[in-house]
Amino acid sequence: MEAGHCGRPVNLVQLLPFGPAAAETLSELRAGLEREFAVPCEILPPEPEPAFAFNLTRQQYSSTEILAAMLKRNTPAKWRLLGVTPVDLYIPILTFVFGEAQLPGTCAVVSSHRLSQEFYGLPADPRLQHERLLKEAVHELGHTLNLSHCEDYQCAMAPSHGVEWIDLKTSSFCGTCRTLVPTRSILNASR
Amino acid sequence: MATKGNLLVVDDELIVRDSLDKWFREEGYDVTVAESAQDALTKMAAKRFDLALVDIKMPGTDGVELQRRMREIDPEMLVIIMTGYASVDTAVAALKNGAYDYVSKPFDPDDIAHSVHNAISHKRAEQENVRLRETVASVVRPQEIVGQSAAMVRVFEAIQTVGPTDATVLITGESGTGKELCARAIHAASPRHYNPLVVIHCGALAETLLESELFGHEKGAFTGAQYRKKGSFEVAEGGSVFLDEVGDISLKTQTDLLRVLQEREITRVGSTHPIQVDFRCIAATNKKLDQLIEEGRFRPDLFYRLNVFQIQLPALRDRKGDIPILVEHFVRKFSASMNKRINRVSPTAMALLDRYQWPGNVRELENAVERAMVVAQEPEIREGDFALRLPLAENQPRTLEDIERAHILAVLEDCKGNQTLAAEVLDIDRVTLHNKLKKYGWKRVTADAL
Repeated sequence: MEAGHCGRPVNLVQLLPFGPAAAETLSELRAGLEREFAVPCEILPPEPEPAFAFNLTRQQYSSTEILAAMLKRNTPAKWRLLGVTPVDLYIPILTFVFGEAQLPGTCAVVSSHRLSQEFYGLPADPRLQHERLLKEAVHELGHTLNLSHCEDYQCAMAPSHGVEWIDLKTSSFCGTCRTLVPTRSILNASR
Repeated sequence: MATKGNLLVVDDELIVRDSLDKWFREEGYDVTVAESAQDALTKMAAKRFDLALVDIKMPGTDGVELQRRMREIDPEMLVIIMTGYASVDTAVAALKNGAYDYVSKPFDPDDIAHSVHNAISHKRAEQENVRLRETVASVVRPQEIVGQSAAMVRVFEAIQTVGPTDATVLITGESGTGKELCARAIHAASPRHYNPLVVIHCGALAETLLESELFGHEKGAFTGAQYRKKGSFEVAEGGSVFLDEVGDISLKTQTDLLRVLQEREITRVGSTHPIQVDFRCIAATNKKLDQLIEEGRFRPDLFYRLNVFQIQLPALRDRKGDIPILVEHFVRKFSASMNKRINRVSPTAMALLDRYQWPGNVRELENAVERAMVVAQEPEIREGDFALRLPLAENQPRTLEDIERAHILAVLEDCKGNQTLAAEVLDIDRVTLHNKLKKYGWKRVTADAL
């Protein structure tokens, strides 16, 4: 992906599983991110399900608290730490989120919970779920590069508040967002 | 990159403020947060916002009261009320106070994104609408009614008086006196001027066609009615209907028209379903309606309905003092459209126009000037340019004074307006010539005047 070439704001993406994740899912995601960002991507040893972020009333997990836990790992400025979890995420003001990221920053988290067809009572489609997860991962990593939502519905940074919107977009940045990455990134300063 | 809009988030809970701040910034909005009503009002004093998201329950001033105060400061700012305890009562109270929307926490991401997006789109569309209306109002002026005579000053005053009201106006006057122009000026001076002015030339349409034009028709109402058609009263919704030559309509249509004016509802031809209509009626006639009433050809009750406020347009022969400025107006108008550099009307030509009786009034004068400009050699219209097509009124009395005046003006024209030279040719002194010209009301029409 051009973002990696233009000023190279990122030189490594780390995937941090929270809870069980199929090896195939993680390897597909790693391959997709390496392709999109043109940087190496490594899979870290999995963490347990983020019980610390569980909200009993909502029966959901706070993405903000997961992000806070990830921040304690002190990820280098030119690295990105992407949490991947099968649990359902929320922020206080919304009924759910597909993911959350620092805007800008080094950490982001995505959930596969609402990306599966089974969640909507439809037959399983692992390939579609992998595509959706990759698109959301690129989207949240885009936020860490200080990109906000894009009006190009095919751009990975297009807002997607439902899976139907995720299916419409691609896993790549549009030309405009691509050009914004190096200038908007705070990652020019090295740690 | 331009933001999608400026949002003000007002909530006493930090976690809500932070969540909305971050989420809307990701969405591309510029977000300001406030922790209380007072904080919000302080921030409004420093910055203009497109939209405020206001929590309904806050310590001190609650969301509904804050919304009221916000509207006092910036009536254009939209407000979406947020609540954690959804109830019909609070929703109704918020919406009654002018809230754009009412949302329950936590929000469905798609719902809140659409609500905010729609609110800002709505506001921008309204602002664009206002801007376009102002632009149109400044660019499209009603055609100018020209005149300085006392009779026309009275007409202008009447238009200014009745224009802003909703009163029905009856414009009377001979053909060509400018009744439609007057109707347009009344419409332009009314609060309805952003809505259509629909003109119906009643005299030009057969009875059945006129009915269809005025009231519309349903598909299949008569042969040829292939589609449902709206009538003029429906098309003019919120605007004005100008019924020109209203004295020409049949008694049957007069009855229907009377019902429309009384009930403010129409029934399309071929339908039994009445439709409410909102319009202002302006009618005009060159007929003597009282005479038509006496002859039983015009309903008196319709006359009373139409004759709420009457404007009588004077015939041109009764305001000949306006002829020079009317000519000037038409010369300027046709110079532009014909791309001819005509900037003068010779004194003899002007005298000719002054002597003519103008049975066709201003319309005839306009046509005469247009024809004269076609044949005139730049830069002046001369008497002969009119004489080709414009006959003098027959049996015009030719007094000695008329002859003297015509001769003096002809000599003056030959001398190219040089009064000293003209006085020498006429063998009178210059003061005498000056006094005679003054007596005849002669006025040099030059490039400066035109």
